[in-house]
Amino acid sequence: MNLSFFDQFSSPTLLGIPLILIAMVFPALLLPSPGNRWINNRLSTLQLWFINLITKQLMIPLDKKGHKWALILTSLMMFLLLTNLLGLLPYTFTPTTQLSMNLALAFPLWLATLLTGLRNQPSVSLGHLLPEGTPTLLIPALILIETTSLLIRPLALGVRLTANLTAGHLLIQLISTATTTLMTTMPVVSLLTLAVLLLLTILEVAVAMIQAYVFVLLLSLYLQENI
Amino acid sequence: LPAAVLLKDTKLMDVKLGQLGSWLATRDFTPGGIMGAMRRGYERYYNKYINVRKGGLGGISMVLAAYVVLSYMWSYSHVKHDRRRKYH
Repeated sequence: MNLSFFDQFSSPTLLGIPLILIAMVFPALLLPSPGNRWINNRLSTLQLWFINLITKQLMIPLDKKGHKWALILTSLMMFLLLTNLLGLLPYTFTPTTQLSMNLALAFPLWLATLLTGLRNQPSVSLGHLLPEGTPTLLIPALILIETTSLLIRPLALGVRLTANLTAGHLLIQLISTATTTLMTTMPVVSLLTLAVLLLLTILEVAVAMIQAYVFVLLLSLYLQENI
Repeated sequence: LPAAVLLKDTKLMDVKLGQLGSWLATRDFTPGGIMGAMRRGYERYYNKYINVRKGGLGGISMVLAAYVVLSYMWSYSHVKHDRRRKYH
C-alpha cells in the first residue's frame, strides 16, 4: 500500500541530484549520431528512417518558410516520444507528467507561432479570428470566443499531455495494487485484473506515442495558420 | 623489481593489488580527464555492441536495463515505503 498514490510523481533526489534531470538527459544517449559510413549500423539506420518519416509528415503542409521549423519540431517529437515510452519501464520517472515541464514546452512554441503570424502577416492572422460566412449579428460574440480559444491553446497543449500521462500511470498503479491485493483472497478475480492490466499497458504504450504526435501536430497546425 | 611497462600505461586488470593506490594516483582526475574517460567508455560500448554489422536487441536492452537499475537506486528511499506491511 502506498502512502499516497501520487507519490510516484514527485521526483526523488539522491546526493542532491533529482531523478528528473537524468530522465530528461537519458534519451540523448539512445540516439547516436550516424557515422560517415555509407551503410550505418542498424540502430542508426532505423533512427534515420524514422526521423525522415516524421519530418516529411510534418513538413508537407508547410511552405518553404516553414521548413525552418523542421529541426525544433522533429527534435521535440523525438524527445516526447522517448520520454513517454521510457516512463513505462519499471521504477523510471516520466518528466512529462509534470505540468511545469509541459507548459514550459508548449507556451514558448505557441507564442513563437503567434508572433510569427502577427509580425509577418498581421491582417491574415487576425482574420483567423472570424470564420467565413458568419451572420453579422454574431460577429462580436464569435470574435470573443475565437480569441479565448486562441489564448487557451498553450494551456490546452500542456494540460493534455500532462493529464493523459498522469492518468495512465495512476491507472496502472491502481490496477496493479488491486491485482496483488486480490491474489490472496480471490485468485480468479486477480487473474481477470491481471488481464485488464496487460490491456492497459498496451494502451499506455499507444497513448505515449499518440500524445507526443498530437502535441507536435497541433503545433505544426498553429504554424500553418500563421506562417 | 621494476615493471616491464610503466605503471601509468598498464590496464586496470593487470595492476597488482598492492600497486592499486599508486596506479590511481597516475590517473587524470581533471574535468577534461573525466570527460575523456566517459567518452572512451561510451565509444567502447558503442563500437562493441551497437556499431556492428548485425546488431541485435541486446545492445540497447543492456542500456535500458542499466537505466532501470539506476532509477531504482535513485528512488530507493522513496520506494521502500511501498512494502507490504500490516501497519505502515
